[in-house]
Amino acid sequence: MWNVLYIDLSRRDFWVEDRSDLFDRWLGGIGVAVQLFKEEVKPNIDPLSPDNVIVFAVGPLTCLYPMASKTVAVFKSPLTGNLGESHAGGRSAVAIRMAGYGAIVIKGVSDMPIYLTIGDGAVRFRDASTLWGIRSTVTVGRILREKEGGKGLRTIMRIGRAGENLVRYACVVTETYRHFGRLGLGAVFGSKKLKAIVIYGRSSIAVKDPRLYRKIYDEIYDLAVKSELMKKYHDIGTSMNVSTLNAIKGLPTMNLRYSSFDKAEYISGEYLAENRLGRRVACSHCPVACIHLAALRETYEKEPYFYKTTYVSYDYEPIYALGSMLGISDTDGMLKLLDLVEIYGLDAMSTGVALAWATEAYERGLITVNDTLVELRWGYVEGYMQAVRYLVDQVNQFYRDLGLGVDYTARIYGGGDYALAFGGNEMPGYSTGVGAYLTYLTGARHSHLDSAGYSLDEKLLGREYPPPEQLVDRLVEEEAWRQVLSSLVVCFFARGIYTADRIAEALKALGVEYSRDTLVDLGFKIYEEKYKVKLDLGFKFDSLRIPKRILETEAGGRSVNESYLKTALRYFEAKVKGMLART
Amino acid sequence: MAKRLAVLDADRCVGCQMCMFACNRRFSSGGYSKSAIHVRSVGGVEKGFTVVVCRACEDPPCVKTCPTDALRKRVGGGVLLDPSKCIGCGRCIDACVIGAVFWDEEKNKPIICVHCGYCTRYCPYNVIGLEEV
Repeated sequence: MWNVLYIDLSRRDFWVEDRSDLFDRWLGGIGVAVQLFKEEVKPNIDPLSPDNVIVFAVGPLTCLYPMASKTVAVFKSPLTGNLGESHAGGRSAVAIRMAGYGAIVIKGVSDMPIYLTIGDGAVRFRDASTLWGIRSTVTVGRILREKEGGKGLRTIMRIGRAGENLVRYACVVTETYRHFGRLGLGAVFGSKKLKAIVIYGRSSIAVKDPRLYRKIYDEIYDLAVKSELMKKYHDIGTSMNVSTLNAIKGLPTMNLRYSSFDKAEYISGEYLAENRLGRRVACSHCPVACIHLAALRETYEKEPYFYKTTYVSYDYEPIYALGSMLGISDTDGMLKLLDLVEIYGLDAMSTGVALAWATEAYERGLITVNDTLVELRWGYVEGYMQAVRYLVDQVNQFYRDLGLGVDYTARIYGGGDYALAFGGNEMPGYSTGVGAYLTYLTGARHSHLDSAGYSLDEKLLGREYPPPEQLVDRLVEEEAWRQVLSSLVVCFFARGIYTADRIAEALKALGVEYSRDTLVDLGFKIYEEKYKVKLDLGFKFDSLRIPKRILETEAGGRSVNESYLKTALRYFEAKVKGMLART
Repeated sequence: MAKRLAVLDADRCVGCQMCMFACNRRFSSGGYSKSAIHVRSVGGVEKGFTVVVCRACEDPPCVKTCPTDALRKRVGGGVLLDPSKCIGCGRCIDACVIGAVFWDEEKNKPIICVHCGYCTRYCPYNVIGLEEV
């Protein structure tokens, strides 16, 4: 049985419904979340109104197999105005399923700051007036950790001031260091006056075939810890991409004026591991421990013998956005900026891209210090830290505009040619080639993870690209398959382990029958459902903006061919519309 | 020789909780609610983790406090539970100063590590291991 917990913040009410109908048909995770979203949301609503919903969903492998550690969140994005989907790990997925739920739907708005405690079969609505406005998301976590139950078994999701102040790319922090990062879930929380959610539980999940279950479990576990498949995430972590991408000229630098950074060494995974790595931690039920924390030791000025050590989480994307993209090579400076963004609850990627655009616009005189209130200059960490504070506190019209996203800001101030957003979403850290850019343009959430074009680019290094139609076919196939992974829900890092055959076996042990083919087919169906929602919410292929900058700067060591890109886009549009016409 | 489960180096713990899920799998179910070993942060993940599990006392206080003799001493330290004698009074929980007596809410009986070592296979960082007593 699959229970869905519904919470109405307006009426401070909650109820539970058996929605096995959805889980039987759509597996779980994104498959189910899209359906729940469709049931609740009318296309033309304001994302920051009470009419928006927040859906969290986990899947059939959650709590049962290693690395099934992610929760999918779905909402209407206040950044893009379209389908918002964001994934996070930490303890969130396990806690939701252990609390007895396959999904949670939150709707309405509270008339005062509130936080929710979900556990023991109940939802408690608690006054969060005291928590509202606290400077750091870390402090909020600490307070709730001491106040609430479920020690060691709980997730503590919360927003920072960025979410309270409705910065459209505010994130939701969970367990410190993990995030529903992209597309502005934090602002949706803020609009609902929802400061935090604590979830815990201790339910049991029976398995159909215990012997087969243990056999498949061991197979997956051994692959995770003994094979090469997870080594990259395990050792240096995702930050190892800094060197890799820099070497192939795919590391966006200084607002993508360049695709490599001459000082990349000092923000590289190798350098950080050698000089700053202080601890590694893991999501619940994942042996990989890819979360890398740098120990940042700082002195207090004018106070001798006073030091503080802060643990700062680093991953490739935040390093790209708040490092190379801003021309920052001062290791500790970058870590301080990362920490500040964590404290305020901003999406690191959007923030970095927005500041990179602002730096270039400042240089070119489109905006002045009257707008920014502080000098913006490549590599100038103090300036960027001050700008982040201004952005979060929304101190003037410029920062209010910047808080709506770089796409919007460039429409007001100009500089659209180098405003690096796709479908309204600030770009991820791969300037590897036309594959990556096609993913940003066509992916259901304009994220590099949608169809992983960057990975195709890397495979095609030094080789000729296939005809655009073939490239698009491969991207669509990949994105469709990834819908299965995010319905189960397994971490994308484990995609090499969770093959279709292995997934079918893993599900069989639980009494859920799928074949390799029915899984692949389901992936396409979910993909189509997502694109249907996307089109309903107003997505138009012909209004996709291609920032000129991506055609000017080499990507993966060669220039991006505009006609190739446009042919691919036309073919993609026809393909998707053809797929939808059949259903 | 009798063995006991030992926490070898909690500073290496990454908080993945694989041991908890392993312990639960002994009962053929998913999750961690039947686990006899618990991992939690010491005030936030940035501070590291603590691993709470029975340390196989030679003279266990939980045995001394059990009013129905449901707990008896195990060879090599620690205890074994006879569920048929247990009345679910919970005195063993209070007796254990390290908090290593957990509770099965469904059966209303304690969960205490029996030092089988099944979880050790799933700790990739050698935080826990079996030791000869």
